[in-house]
Amino acid sequence: MIIFILILTIIMAIFALQFKNLLNAVIVLAVFSLLLSLIFYLLHAPDVAIAEAAVGAGVATTLFVVVIGKTKRKENE
Amino acid sequence: MRLIAYFFLGMGVFFATFGNIGMLRFPDVYTRLQASSKCGITSIISIFIGLIILEGLNSVALRITVITIFFLITSPVSSHIIGRSAYEEGILPWRKEKPKDKQ
Amino acid sequence: MDINILETVIIFLSINSLISLYRVIKGPTPQDRLIGLNLIVAQVTAIMVIASVNFRRPIYLDVALVYAILGYISIIAISKYLKGRKLHE
Repeated sequence: MIIFILILTIIMAIFALQFKNLLNAVIVLAVFSLLLSLIFYLLHAPDVAIAEAAVGAGVATTLFVVVIGKTKRKENE
Repeated sequence: MRLIAYFFLGMGVFFATFGNIGMLRFPDVYTRLQASSKCGITSIISIFIGLIILEGLNSVALRITVITIFFLITSPVSSHIIGRSAYEEGILPWRKEKPKDKQ
Repeated sequence: MDINILETVIIFLSINSLISLYRVIKGPTPQDRLIGLNLIVAQVTAIMVIASVNFRRPIYLDVALVYAILGYISIIAISKYLKGRKLHE
């Protein structure tokens, strides 16, 4: 079970690096953070899982989206 | 009592499976949103009810009830805001036949 | 019959999340990806609650509580960005 989720996490990280559109990369990065929190949970470390959940779902994604909105994008179109 | 709890868990798995099949096969944003929100919330509430019945009345059941209340508040909000952003961006709903002019 | 029912439910929900993950990776519009993300967050919350009952550790339920509260902030932020995108261009 944990091996399977680890392989899936690596696949998500590769997809987040390969996307050309930055917004799709941010969405895939949210899924990556979710799977990482699930790994911490299944390895019996709930405090680290709470920290990862709060940072990954709340702060980091919002910060990335605000920064993408404030800068000019060249890769679109 | 355990049989009722297992029935609720099986119903949750049933609804989750059909919601995800709807996510895979429907052709449009709005139809996918309908399948996702309906089947997702129904499956999650069924699984939580089954776990409360399985666990009995103690602190675990109370915490699961609190999680259910927060889930019932937040999940329709996000579904609604996704649908509104799709509508305001101008995505047209899917139709089966070609749109022909009416006379 | 010595099958643990809760682990069976966890495995079924994981397989269902894989189907939804396909829609996140290969969605035509960003809204499709957001719908997939919403469904994955819901199912992972259910997986965490079932695993907490299976482990018999009630303190593990706090992670699921944090995800139930904070899981929709990212979706709202991305949707607000998508709504205001047409105005800046």
